[in-house]
Amino acid sequence: MELRFTEEERAFRQEVREWIDANLPAETRERMASGRTPTKAMQVDWQKRLYAKGWAVPHWPVEWGGQPWSAIKRFILSEEIQSTPAPSPLGFNCNMLGPVLIAFGTEEQKKFFLPKLASLDLWFCQGFSEPGAGSDLASLKTRAVREGDHYIVNGQKTWTTLAQHADWIFLLVRTDPNAAKQQEGISFLVVDMKTPGITVRPIITIDGAHEVNEVFFDDVKVPVANLVGTENRGWDCAKFLLSNERTGQARVGASKERIRRLKLIAKEAPGGGRPIIEDPRFRSRLTDVEVQLKALEMTTLRVLADENRQLSQRKPNPASSVLKIRGTELQQAISELYVMAAGPYGLVAPHDPEADGRNEPDVAEDWQTLAQATYFNWRKQSIYGGSTEIQKNIMAKAFLGL
Amino acid sequence: MDFDLSEDQRLLQDSLQKLLKDKYGFEQRKGYMKSETGWSRDLWAAYAELGLLGMPFAEADGGLGYGAVETMIVMEQFGRALALEPFVSTVVMGGGFLRHGASAEQRAAMVPEIAAGKRLLAFAHTEPQSRFDLHDVATTAKKDGAGWILDGRKGVVLHGDTADDLVVTARISGQRRDREGIGVFLVPATAQGVSRRGFRTSDGQRAADITFDNVKVGPEAELKGGLALAERVVDETIAALAAEAVGCMEAAKDLTVDYLKTRKQFGRPIGSFQALQHRAAEMMVCLEQARSMAMLAAMMASEPDAAERRRQMRAVKIEVGRNARFVGQQTIQMHGGIAMTMEYAGGHYLKRLTVIENMFGDMDHHLAALSEEGGVFLAA
Ligand SMILES: Cc1cc2nc3c(=O)[nH]c(=O)nc-3n(C[C@H](O)[C@H](O)[C@H](O)COP(=O)(O)OP(=O)(O)OC[C@H]3O[C@@H](n4cnc5c(N)ncnc54)[C@H](O)[C@@H]3O)c2cc1C
Repeated sequence: MELRFTEEERAFRQEVREWIDANLPAETRERMASGRTPTKAMQVDWQKRLYAKGWAVPHWPVEWGGQPWSAIKRFILSEEIQSTPAPSPLGFNCNMLGPVLIAFGTEEQKKFFLPKLASLDLWFCQGFSEPGAGSDLASLKTRAVREGDHYIVNGQKTWTTLAQHADWIFLLVRTDPNAAKQQEGISFLVVDMKTPGITVRPIITIDGAHEVNEVFFDDVKVPVANLVGTENRGWDCAKFLLSNERTGQARVGASKERIRRLKLIAKEAPGGGRPIIEDPRFRSRLTDVEVQLKALEMTTLRVLADENRQLSQRKPNPASSVLKIRGTELQQAISELYVMAAGPYGLVAPHDPEADGRNEPDVAEDWQTLAQATYFNWRKQSIYGGSTEIQKNIMAKAFLGL
Repeated sequence: MDFDLSEDQRLLQDSLQKLLKDKYGFEQRKGYMKSETGWSRDLWAAYAELGLLGMPFAEADGGLGYGAVETMIVMEQFGRALALEPFVSTVVMGGGFLRHGASAEQRAAMVPEIAAGKRLLAFAHTEPQSRFDLHDVATTAKKDGAGWILDGRKGVVLHGDTADDLVVTARISGQRRDREGIGVFLVPATAQGVSRRGFRTSDGQRAADITFDNVKVGPEAELKGGLALAERVVDETIAALAAEAVGCMEAAKDLTVDYLKTRKQFGRPIGSFQALQHRAAEMMVCLEQARSMAMLAAMMASEPDAAERRRQMRAVKIEVGRNARFVGQQTIQMHGGIAMTMEYAGGHYLKRLTVIENMFGDMDHHLAALSEEGGVFLAA
C-alpha cells in the first residue's frame, strides 16, 4: 500500500493543469465556473480537444484510443478536468456505451462507433427508462419485432437526458415478451435519431431547465446490425453499463471545485455584518461537508484501482453503489450550502426571458440566482442512475446477504 | 388550552377550502402564474368577498377583528393550494404595520380599501448587504422640513412590483447596523423617485428590486415604532408563514402517500416497500411537529413581552424550517423523476418551502440568535 501520490503522478497533475489552462476556451470555463452546464458547442469543442490529445477515453483499451495508465493517473486527469472546471467527456459516449461496445460489440461496431464516441462526432443519449419502467427497468415495454434485416421499434422512452442534442440513442427494447424472466427478453440497440418515426418532446424540470425529454418510437426501422451483444441478452449490457454509470457519479473533483468556489464567494457574501465565511455555523457546515468529501475521494480511488479487473471480467462492481449514494448526497449538500450563502437573494430566479415571456432585469448576482435552481435540479442526483433506495437494496443483497 | 376550532373558525376554513378547491387546481395555478401580475386578480376579489382581506383589522377600522388563529387557518389553506396572491405582503405584513404603527386617519384611509381588495402593500426591508438582519439598514431618511427624503435600494421586495404602497425601513440616524435610529415609512409606490424592477422568485412568485432616489414624503409617512414595530410585524409574519408551510407540507405528504399507493414498480405499489413506508411515517412526524410550532406561533403572535415573543418565534422558524426541508426533499425523492418536472405539483412544494425557509431568517440565523438569547427554556 502506498497512499501518497508519487513524484511522477504529481508531475502528471501539473502537466494536465497546464494543458487545460492553455486549451480550455475562456467562455467555457466561465460558464462552468458560474455553475451552469456547458452548451452543446462547448461540450463538443472541448471533447475534440481532449480527443486530439488522447485524453478523452483514457480508461478504454489502448487499441481503441485508451492510455496504458494506472487508475490513479486516470483519476488525476478526470479530477483536474472537473475541478478546473471544464466539461467532462460525455458520459453517455465514454462511460456508458463505449465500455459496453468494447465488452459486447462486434468488430464492425467497435470500428465504426468507438472513434466517433471518443471524439464526440456522434452524440449519444440513453434510452432506458420508460413511464412505467424506472427503478424496475426490466419491466420495460418498448417493443422491437424482427422483420427480415430490421427490427421495428414501437414504444416510449422518458427522462432522456439531452436527447435534443443527440445524433444517436442506445436503447433497451423488449424482443421476447414470452421469456420466462423479464430480464431474458430484452435487447440492446443503437439507433440513429434521424430514423423516421422518432419524436422528441421536451420535459421542463422544476428549475426551469430543459435537459430531459420524452422520446417516442412509431414503427422505427432499425437494422439488425445495430443490435449490441446477443438478442435477448441485452440485460447483461445494461447491468454492466449501470455499474459504470454509478462509478462516474461520485464526481469528487466537481464537488471540490464547487466547494473552493463557494469559499471564494463566501468571503464576499453578506453574513450578518460580516462575510458569511466568518459565520461559525456556516463555516462548520462547510467544513463538515469537506471532511466527508475527503473520505469519498479515498473511497473513489479504491474503487477505481479495482476497475481494470472489472472491465476485463465484464462484471459490475457492487462497491460503485457506495460512491453513488455518498457522492450524490454530498453534491446535494453542497447545493444546500450555496442556498444558505445566498440567503434572501437566493429567492431571485435565474433570468430566463424564454420561460418568462418577458425580459427581467438582473437584480442579483449570478451565483445567487443559480443557488436555488441548482439545489432544486440536484434533487435528481439521488433519483437517476439507480435511486439511493435501489442502491441500498443492491448493497443489502449483494454485500450483506440480506 | 383548547386546540379545537370554533364553529366560526371551521366555517372560515371550509369556505376558503371550497373556493381554492374550485379555483386553485394545479393547472389553473399555472395560468395565474403566467398572467401579467403573476397571480389572480379574480381570486383576490373572491378573498375580499370572503372577508379575508379585512380579517385582522379592528372592526372600528373597517375590518373583522380576527386574530392569529384565523390567520393560521387561512395561511394553511393558501399553503395547500400554493396560492400566489399577495396576502402575506398586503394583509399580514402591510396590515400589521397599519395596525400597530399607523395613525387612525391612515387606517381609516387604507383599511377599507385593503379589505375591499383595492389596495396592495409590500414590505421593503432587505438590502444587498443586510442578509437577514432587519436592523442592517443603509437606506436613509433625512429630515426635509416637516417631511422626509428617502434614498437607498431594497431588494427582494415580495409582491413589490404590484403594490400600491410600500412600507420601507430607513435609517434616520446612527450607523448602518445600529438598532437605534431606524424609521418605518409608508411610501406610495408611485411617488417620484421610486423605481421598481419586477422579477420572478425561485418558487414562481413575483417580487421587485426597488430604488429610492430622493423620494419626498410628508411627516405622516413615518409610522410609530421603528425597529420594534418591524420586529413585531415580522414575528406575526413568521407565524403566518409557519402555517403556510404546514399547509404545503400536508399537501405534499398527501400527494406523496397517494402516489406511493398507486405507483407500481416490481409488480407492486412502491408504498409496499418498507424503506418508503418509514420515510412516509417520518414525513408525518415532521408535519405534526411543524403543525405544533405553527400553533405555538399563533399563540405567541400577540405576546406582549417582545423578547419572549422573539425567542419563541425563532424556535418556530427553526423547527418549521428543518421539518419543511425534509418533507420537501422527500416528496421529490419518493416520487422519483415525475416530481422533478414543472408539470407536476410535487416539486413546487419543495420550491415554496425553500423560499419560506429563506424568508426572515433561515435556520442558522435563528439558531445563532436564539442560543445567544439563552435558548427556549431559560435557566431559572
Ligand atoms: C433529471 C433526470 C435525468 C434522467 N436521465 C435519464 C436518461 O438519460 N436516460 C434514462 O434512461 N433514464 C434517465 N432518468 C431516469 C431515471 O433513471 C429514473 O428516474 C430512475 O430510474 C427512477 O425511476 P422513476 O423516476 O420511474 O421512479 P420510481 O422507480 O417509480 O421510484 C419512485 C420511488 O420509489 C423508490 N423505489 C422504487 N423501487 C423501490 C424498492 N424496491 N425499494 C425501495 N424503494 C423503491 C425509488 O427509489 C423512488 O424513491 C433520468 C431521471 C431524471 C430525474
